[in-house]
Amino acid sequence: MELTDIQKKVLAEVADLHKTPVGAFNIRANGESVGRNSTANIEIIPKKDVSGIDIRIKPGTKNESVHIPVVISQSGLKESVYNDFYIGEGADVLIVAGCGIDNCGSQDSQHDGIHRFFIEKNARVKYVEKHYGSGEGSGKRILNPVTEVYMDEGSTCEMEMVQIKGVDDTVRTTKAELKAGAKLLVGERLMTHGDQRAISNYNVDINGEGGVADVVSRAVARDRSYQEFNAVIAGNAPCRGHSECDSIIMDEGIILAVPALKANNVDAEMFHEAAIGKIAGEQLTKLMTLGLTEQEAEEEIINGFLR
Amino acid sequence: MLELKNISFEVDDELGQKGILKDVNLTIDAGKLTVITGPNGGGKSTLARIIAGVEKPTSGKIFYKGEDITDMSITDRARMGIGFAFQQPVKFKGIRVVDLIRLAKGEKTLSSKDACKYLAAVGLCAKDYINREVNGSLSGGELKRIEIATLIAKRSDLSVFDEPEAGIDLWSFQNLIEVFESMRKHIEGSSIMIISHQERILRIADEIVMVKDGIIAEKGTCDEILPKLSGTDSAVKSCGIVDLWKEGNN
Ligand SMILES: Nc1ncnc2c1ncn2[C@@H]1O[C@H](COP(=O)(O)OP(=O)(O)OP(=O)(O)O)[C@@H](O)[C@H]1O
Ligand SMILES: [Mg+2]
Repeated sequence: MELTDIQKKVLAEVADLHKTPVGAFNIRANGESVGRNSTANIEIIPKKDVSGIDIRIKPGTKNESVHIPVVISQSGLKESVYNDFYIGEGADVLIVAGCGIDNCGSQDSQHDGIHRFFIEKNARVKYVEKHYGSGEGSGKRILNPVTEVYMDEGSTCEMEMVQIKGVDDTVRTTKAELKAGAKLLVGERLMTHGDQRAISNYNVDINGEGGVADVVSRAVARDRSYQEFNAVIAGNAPCRGHSECDSIIMDEGIILAVPALKANNVDAEMFHEAAIGKIAGEQLTKLMTLGLTEQEAEEEIINGFLR
Repeated sequence: MLELKNISFEVDDELGQKGILKDVNLTIDAGKLTVITGPNGGGKSTLARIIAGVEKPTSGKIFYKGEDITDMSITDRARMGIGFAFQQPVKFKGIRVVDLIRLAKGEKTLSSKDACKYLAAVGLCAKDYINREVNGSLSGGELKRIEIATLIAKRSDLSVFDEPEAGIDLWSFQNLIEVFESMRKHIEGSSIMIISHQERILRIADEIVMVKDGIIAEKGTCDEILPKLSGTDSAVKSCGIVDLWKEGNN
């Protein structure tokens, strides 16, 4: 596997990868697979009709991981990639995705990852996705992830989605359907700066009794950046749904938070919270009495907030 | 160590200017433990906030280690060795106990073993707390103890505690007093200023200062001041105390 230094740096950012990962993996760089490994329980098969892969995880697979990072370092590259995950009954796996774009050129680079998860009965998935942009070019770094999650009875899916730096434009669309007893936990952490724009759309349908969905977003908008958080959670059975959007605005940042709930069943318990505000003055004051400058205090507060 | 000269602090309210502190003069010598006491609303916390730089006096000057710090920022004062434990500890989102202690120590990294000893000093079982977020899930007494631990970690030349005993249970009281006494012993020449209503804390003071209605009403040693304290009234304006139950609480 041959990667340039920039590609290696980006891989470290998005997947904490410093060398070839253990377990199953597929590393995609500038539109091509540059390394792939299947294991006895996890099979990675390239798609024939479109670019992307199928990831098939056998029922009962435990304590295994799949890494599928994407790196783009070629200015002007635009791609749509379709990855489907089939997670067998009772499996318990970690999936680490992530996309980093380094754009030093003047043309926009764009990666649209369309990920579908088919999670069978009682399976558990932890999905970690990091987005990162770097490079000094005037071309934009654009990421538009689409994630669809289909959860069978008693399954659990925990998603951690992080975008802290360097991505100019994002529209994130996440859709989930939950059967009885399924549990979806989404934690999003987002920071935008400069003139960036980030839009997050969630559509969650809880269709089975005892289903639980919890979508929590923590976001910071600095400079002149713009963010939108739209979350629609529908409870179509006796279930629990919760969404939370907690945001800090700085400078001339703008955040629009629209948490929406729909209860289609009298026993659906749904609630949401949304808060937007600048950093609390007393938090800054406290850290300054410990000897931090106002700027250092701000950084600490934001780092903690987005942890 | 610290000298307040003709400090006044005024705020605007609906009746115009209101004096919270009026021409306060106070000197705190190196190595001394001063306890500030007095009725609610008397101006004690305001005085502490002015020393830490959180509030700027309307007039007057503050000298610290011989330097005029009146116009100095909170940060610079903290770096010069002033520490301040708030009456109401600040809550955060995501900042953990270990982070606060690390920042107080002024270090980039801090092992949890190091952080733990400060928590142990204030009677908290360190491993249960070190990675907890400093947020509303901590009880009032826990937050207060963490606030004190943070100030111990900072090792200030002048440590100001605003009602450190508030919310701390009786059993721990003796430990708290020991914390102050060992701070004095281990940070050479350091001064401690404690705002308190508790007789047991007043008893360890070198000097007691009574602040009432924005002025220093009394000042002296424990033996001089304690007998005068009983029966003083509160500055919080009450318009005649009502016996609610006699009037019929229904
Ligand atoms: N910024 C402000 N604006 C208006 N009033 C203020 C302000 N700061 C303080 N005060 C008032 O000044 C008075 C003194 O407040 P301070 O907090 O210093 O009292 P304290 O002596 O610490 O009381 P306690 O024992 O209850 O803690 C109070 O009446 C308070 O309401
Ligand atoms: Mg007070």
